[in-house]
Amino acid sequence: MSDLIGFIPLAPLLGFLFIGFLNKSLTKGWVSFFACGAVFVAFILSSVLFFNLLNAPEGQAAFTYTAFDWITTGNFSVSFSFLVDPLSATMMMIITGVGFLIHVYSVGYMYHDDGFRRFFMYLNLFIFFMLLLVMGSNYLLMFVGWEGVGLCSYLLIGFWFKNQDYNDAAKKAFIMNRIGDLGLILGVILIFVTFGSINYADVFSKAGEFPVGSEIITWITILLFVGAIGKSAQIPLYTWLPDAMAGPTPVSALIHAATMVTAGVYMIARNNVLYTLSPFTLEIVTVIGLATALFAATIAIAQNDIKKVLAYSTVSQLGLMFVALGLGAFTTGIFHMATHAFFKALLFLGAGSVIHGMSDEQDIRKMGGLRKYLPITFITFLVGTLAIAGIPPFAGFFSKDEILANAFAHSKVVYAVGAIASLLTSFYMFRLFFLTFSGENRASEEVKHHIHESPKSMTIPLMVLAVLSLIGGFMGVPEVLGGSHALNNFLSPVFAQSAQIAGEHHHLDHSTELILMGLIVGLTLVMIFIAYSIYVRRKSVPTSNEASLGAAHRLVYNKYYVDEAYNTVVVKPLYFLSKVFDSVVEKLLIDNIVNGTGKAITWGSKTLRLVQTGNTGFYILAMVISIIVLLVSRSFL
Amino acid sequence: MQNILSFLILIPLLGSLAALLIRPTQTSLFRWLALIAVTLQLILFIVLVSNYEAGGGFQFVEQRSWISLDLGSWGTLKADYFLGVDGMSLPLIGLAIFVMLIACISSWNGVTNPKGYFSLYLLLNAAVVGSFAALDFLLFYVFFEFMLLPMFFLIGIWGGSRREYASIKFFLYTLLGSILILIVMIGLYLSVNDPSGSGGLVHTFNMLHMSDPSNYISNTILDPNNIVTLGPFSARSWAFLFLFFGFAIKLPMVPLHTWLPDAHVEASTPVSVILAALLLKIGAYGMLRIAYPIFPEAALDFSVMVAVFAVISILYGALTAMASKDLKRMIAYSSVSHMGFVLLGLASGTTEGVTGAVYQMVSHGILSAMLFIIAGVLYDRTGDRLIRNYSGLAGKMPYFFAMVLIAFFASMGMPAFSGFIGELMIFLGAFKSNAHNGLIHESLAIIATLGLIFGAAYFLWAIQRMFFGTYDVKGNARNSILPDLNNREILMLFPLAVVTFIFGVYPQPLLDLINPFATDFVNHLLYQGRILSPHL
Repeated sequence: MSDLIGFIPLAPLLGFLFIGFLNKSLTKGWVSFFACGAVFVAFILSSVLFFNLLNAPEGQAAFTYTAFDWITTGNFSVSFSFLVDPLSATMMMIITGVGFLIHVYSVGYMYHDDGFRRFFMYLNLFIFFMLLLVMGSNYLLMFVGWEGVGLCSYLLIGFWFKNQDYNDAAKKAFIMNRIGDLGLILGVILIFVTFGSINYADVFSKAGEFPVGSEIITWITILLFVGAIGKSAQIPLYTWLPDAMAGPTPVSALIHAATMVTAGVYMIARNNVLYTLSPFTLEIVTVIGLATALFAATIAIAQNDIKKVLAYSTVSQLGLMFVALGLGAFTTGIFHMATHAFFKALLFLGAGSVIHGMSDEQDIRKMGGLRKYLPITFITFLVGTLAIAGIPPFAGFFSKDEILANAFAHSKVVYAVGAIASLLTSFYMFRLFFLTFSGENRASEEVKHHIHESPKSMTIPLMVLAVLSLIGGFMGVPEVLGGSHALNNFLSPVFAQSAQIAGEHHHLDHSTELILMGLIVGLTLVMIFIAYSIYVRRKSVPTSNEASLGAAHRLVYNKYYVDEAYNTVVVKPLYFLSKVFDSVVEKLLIDNIVNGTGKAITWGSKTLRLVQTGNTGFYILAMVISIIVLLVSRSFL
Repeated sequence: MQNILSFLILIPLLGSLAALLIRPTQTSLFRWLALIAVTLQLILFIVLVSNYEAGGGFQFVEQRSWISLDLGSWGTLKADYFLGVDGMSLPLIGLAIFVMLIACISSWNGVTNPKGYFSLYLLLNAAVVGSFAALDFLLFYVFFEFMLLPMFFLIGIWGGSRREYASIKFFLYTLLGSILILIVMIGLYLSVNDPSGSGGLVHTFNMLHMSDPSNYISNTILDPNNIVTLGPFSARSWAFLFLFFGFAIKLPMVPLHTWLPDAHVEASTPVSVILAALLLKIGAYGMLRIAYPIFPEAALDFSVMVAVFAVISILYGALTAMASKDLKRMIAYSSVSHMGFVLLGLASGTTEGVTGAVYQMVSHGILSAMLFIIAGVLYDRTGDRLIRNYSGLAGKMPYFFAMVLIAFFASMGMPAFSGFIGELMIFLGAFKSNAHNGLIHESLAIIATLGLIFGAAYFLWAIQRMFFGTYDVKGNARNSILPDLNNREILMLFPLAVVTFIFGVYPQPLLDLINPFATDFVNHLLYQGRILSPHL
């Protein structure tokens, strides 16, 4: 069984190399075949492992595979080896499964693009690095994957590199991620210094010797969390993700919604032992997650670009996942990550289908009435919207409810803020939905004339994802609704150690849980009704005139001016500093000292030359004076 | 087999002499001569590596009496022809031969006066290999100085429009370094006795004897058992500082670096490649081989200073690179930044840090060669190096762009390429140092990581300005056509890309060479340093 593991990341890597080297000699059909096929192979192998784990006997909860000894020097030793346990298996299923669907979708979406081959090369490379990230059995391999997906994200955001705005977005994404990455690598180095190893198994077993609240573990977990903040777009490093929407829409679905941005969630879940040992860091995670969830949700309300709304929604949903992790409910975080992967990928792909049908229009003010033109997209998008809004029995309901239940048990404030964020979500999502699909079409006649439903390669993935968004929640039906929470049981070995450290979780009694559930569903319906009355009954369309907006609205519309603030506080001073170094320190200071020294020596030798007068008397005088000076100085020493 | 190192030095030296005998009209003969010489070196090097035993200390040692002068009551002056390789010099010799081969291919077409050029190139080759193999200080110094001369002419004759200014600046800077080193060498010569000499006093230049405190003649100026104080420091501290700054000029370390951008901008592509990939390494090599082992206690004393200079170099180099308008200048400053990491690893005094430093030297050799060839590819086509004069090259030159991506991302420290391994090791060492040996504080390592962000910024910015956007060329480039890479360029860039990739994915073979050296180095440094140091 373990021998299969190596082939899982190998398949997309081979796909990448194959398409890369044969480039021009492959037709588009073959490119699609190899690219999708590679991911499909990885998916099949992952499924085999997944079901083996599911049926594995008690105690045998992981497969490992070592490819080779990687780096050994001093006390530092790390091998190139993979670990497939329930956590990584779940991630692998999402990455390869959703990844495969998005590959298929991309065949249709990108068919007429000049960069078709390049696109699938990058996409396969991304899957490879993402698998490395979740399958590595040590921090270094995770870091390699972590950086690698960042590289692919950079290449794919700037995929249409003729547009310099897109390139700005790509560069921004890479550099903001780099800031987070430094936190991560420093955390990994600190782990090595503290534990003498960077293999998960060694670190977690040694971590048991540390007391809860140990200072060094707190530092480690904070540094790792900095990495998660960058990659999962949390405050204060979130501004790259909305800009990253410059990439082709399948990329937004795959990288910037379903997989890469959830790497931070995976990483914290993987390190659950360390985080459980540091309640202080968990508090920080909760606060940052909560703030991000609310903050991004408010911005999403005022955005008019279909992808920007979804992007801020992703930031907000990722915030909710971090709230779950911060509360120590690691399974819940992973659960929401999985359902979110389904419905957010669906929403992005649906948005892509809309953009495709509307001749690349992304502004929802110019859409409307698309229900008639794009029936499949309409139905599937509705499923996605219901799922994210948390209407039972769609997937988002179960996972979001679980987060809120955990929050309620922990603190009423966390619950309230989380509930507000999720109510805002249902509002802006239905605002988006109604503006796009209901009412009259507001596009120009020419665009209207061309509106068409997408080809099968695009609609089939939409339908599959819609089914997953519909039934995906059933992997985690809570006890109160008569379920057994299959996901919880499956993942429990991964979190066993931290459950032991944390001790008994206080559970809500069933009646409270049911009341909360009913309350949130009721309020969600109210939100949907408000959105309905504004955007369907009153046929209100957001204005394009910024000046007519109220102050608060304008603040939100301009995303709280965070980008502008970063620009003024960080970017400009840095460029200024580099200019000062280059033109003042370098050219004026150092070079003048150097050239000045040269001139001084030239001048000195010219002057000293004049001493050689050729006059014997002068030489004798100089000699006598020198001897006197020597003798005097000798008698003093 | 025993004289293999001598052959590695003799082959280019003889080649250089042979070039002088060929008539200058036989223009294409010179490059073939150079190519054959380097190929022979490469074959010999492969033999060398396959017979090298990792961890076996100095091997392929050759020791012959070179100068032996009886000076009566002043003892005997003794300098040996003394060669040998260990886990640090072996990879560097390999790097030297590989880079020389690339530089030879790079000089294949269009060199004016090939007789002089290839003769100097081969002389430089011999001097570089000789410096990495010499174990006698005087012999090292001779090779070291012999690099200066051909380099001066290679920049001054075959360079760009301000070549004379650049070559004189280069010459004066490095001459200053040489003088500092010379002073210490004479001091050491006066202070060190050859224990193998029968009874009488034998002054020696043997570096290995110099590293052993028991070989010092008592009451000499650098005798560690009888400290002579001059001003604020002991004579040995002064000696360390002289050596350190002497070699730091070559490294180059901020603020002693300003010769480098000028020399690079004016030098032709192959000369830039040799300069960045090999000559800078001699600076670090000198610290590792000479300054640190001979004056371990001073090295420990000044480790914070070294680390601070390292961090300044890393950040200053990166920030200045960001402001550079000229592609070659940007790459030159990135070298300053990257060599700062070498210094940081060294200052950490840990096995990881020192291993990383040597690894980074090899990695930077490969990557800087690649970067300068990339700059050369454009300059050959257009005669223009200004970043702002290019845009949208990615669509026009896709294979070239692929190579640029590899070189730039590898230089940013992207995993799967050699730079990552080196920098990771260096950070591990620098971070561990405080807890392990108390030499440098973690905060220095943390500040140094900012260099990685700035590094990403200037490389990405250059990619964005030159390769993305719509295709357009301005300035000198405006009338040029820009064909994609030709076969000769692929022949240079592709092997470099493959090597940086292999060293990034499978670093263990190289680490196995370096690691025993680093372990011995650190043990010697900490053990002897603590014994000799009055206050540690």
